[in-house]
Amino acid sequence: MQPARTDTTVSPLASFGARIKGFGPVLGLLSLCIAGTLLNGDFATVDNLMNVLTRTAFIGIIAVGMTFVIISGGIDLSVGSMAALIAGCMIYFMNALAQGAGGDLAPITMLVLGIAMALVLGAGFGLMHGLLISKGNIEPFIVTLGTLGIFRAVLTYLADGGALTLDATLSELYSPVYYTSVLGAPIPIWIFLFVAAAGAIILNRTTFGRHVQAIGSNEQVARYAAINVDKVKIATYMLLGVCVGIATVLYVPRLGSATPTTGLLWELEAIAAVVVGGTALKGGEGRIVGTVIGAILLSVISNILNLTSIISVYLNAAVQGVVIIAVAFLQRGRK
Amino acid sequence: MKSFRRVAGMAVLVMQAWAMGPAQAAEKLVVGVAIPTATHSFTSGIVWWANQAKAELEKAHPGLKIIVKTAATAPEQANQLQDMLTVNKINTLVIFPIESASLTQPVSQVKNKGVYVTVVDRGLTNTQSQDAYIAGDNTAFGKLPAEYLAKSLNGKGNIVVLRGMPTTLDNERYDAFSAVMKDHPEIKVLDAKYGNWNRDDAFKVMQDYLTRFKHIDAVWAADDDMAIGVQKAIAQAKRTDIKQVFGGAGAKGAVKKIMDGSDPLIVADVSYSPKFMYDAIKLTTEARLKGDKLPANTIIPSVLITRENAKQFYFPNSPF
Repeated sequence: MQPARTDTTVSPLASFGARIKGFGPVLGLLSLCIAGTLLNGDFATVDNLMNVLTRTAFIGIIAVGMTFVIISGGIDLSVGSMAALIAGCMIYFMNALAQGAGGDLAPITMLVLGIAMALVLGAGFGLMHGLLISKGNIEPFIVTLGTLGIFRAVLTYLADGGALTLDATLSELYSPVYYTSVLGAPIPIWIFLFVAAAGAIILNRTTFGRHVQAIGSNEQVARYAAINVDKVKIATYMLLGVCVGIATVLYVPRLGSATPTTGLLWELEAIAAVVVGGTALKGGEGRIVGTVIGAILLSVISNILNLTSIISVYLNAAVQGVVIIAVAFLQRGRK
Repeated sequence: MKSFRRVAGMAVLVMQAWAMGPAQAAEKLVVGVAIPTATHSFTSGIVWWANQAKAELEKAHPGLKIIVKTAATAPEQANQLQDMLTVNKINTLVIFPIESASLTQPVSQVKNKGVYVTVVDRGLTNTQSQDAYIAGDNTAFGKLPAEYLAKSLNGKGNIVVLRGMPTTLDNERYDAFSAVMKDHPEIKVLDAKYGNWNRDDAFKVMQDYLTRFKHIDAVWAADDDMAIGVQKAIAQAKRTDIKQVFGGAGAKGAVKKIMDGSDPLIVADVSYSPKFMYDAIKLTTEARLKGDKLPANTIIPSVLITRENAKQFYFPNSPF
């Protein structure tokens, strides 16, 4: 919930200080971009920025869903495996359709069915998580740790340990979804923007959004306030599942394949994006815009490291770690 | 509860019978095979070839028993070794160690109990712990692409490199590659970054290379999976300066492209087939059946795959 504005009683300087803290991720991102441009002139080119934003779209979309789950006091460790399994199922299903199971369906219909399946699977997995957590009364950490293993194992089984590759005709038809630009920006960026905007509206302008924040602040109080806590929790996990589904729909046309290493560690990237963006890991408060900036910030770091060779490649992860901690430091003091 | 107890009781009986089985026929050859779980194409090939060897050898030699166990982590593999020794009573072990250092001691323990040990691919830190060592040729894996690229570029041009994961195996390959490039001063290796043997990571690293370097003549992707990500990034950037993407390991998709000549960028590869797992099990088992020993070191050569010989390296049924 937005804290009540009490600026009138605070000195202008202190209020400015408080504002600065809220801008931690923005400041972090800006300074990174300046550093990137100084290190390599090509950093600031439109092509490079489009590349970075497009590849951020997957994690960003998942992180938007994750913001809801974390604000409500939950966590989902399975999103990377879930994305991999959804990608695998989607390819498996569309290949089956293409190889005759679909009768004489038009390829575009097969594609639409595949996309629909991804969204339904995402919602279904989210529902399963929500039910196990709320009705089954199991810690979200444990439930999603369990499904993290299950999802990836099932994908490995489906792929026979190798790669599931989309039928060539369908792949050609599908690849524009990742590679085409509309009004100068690739489609994944538009979808990312749309998901983020929808997320921000749901979180800040709807009853559901207020309930999510209330549960995260204090679940008992929320229960006394007659909020249907179980229902809201289930909805947050389903929302995240659908976000994972959307991310997968954008991911599959990129390489046209799913392997057991697809989506590895995405959960940590998504959670890092949410936390860097200023959402409290203990729940109760958070912002979608922050999450979006957090996700972009993480991609920018690895982009800059790829564009330069000033530091040993062994230390890439260390640089990322330092930036994450530095940005979180700028945020301290916020609840 | 009652039915649970009944099931548990039956399970105990079955396990006892199973444990006694091999014990009664101790003179028989029981081969334990410990390999990594299929987590990516290459390891899935290892698993596939191990099972292939089991099926063929057990059929050819009635009475022979081969037990294949896969493990995701070093501790899990160490536990499996204990189980195979105490429960399955193995007298021969063929192991692809998940980690070199942490499995040296567990393998030693097994060898000290009189089990014949063949180590595959990743060596142990102490060679006393093994009877025989069979491996792919990592030096050739780096050297052959370097020589091939140097020749096809006529000794002049720009190359970018994608490495695997930070491991000794990757260092060996990269060092061999760099050593050849030292003899070709007009070839510039622009940069070498880790793509982690992963298509997605390779895609991103290549995108950034394309942004950074305006002219690239060839890519050493050092793995066929990474080559796929690299090619997608090149296609997206619509770059035409790159003449060749050299992968590695001889995945069936890449070998097929070379065979058919269907992809102008993929014209050669270097073999590092998971089939060496099959060879290792077969060599060990057949030697043991005859009472022979294997040579201390067997290197399965890495060979340059071109259109002329690609057919020999194409295994359409393998997942890799």
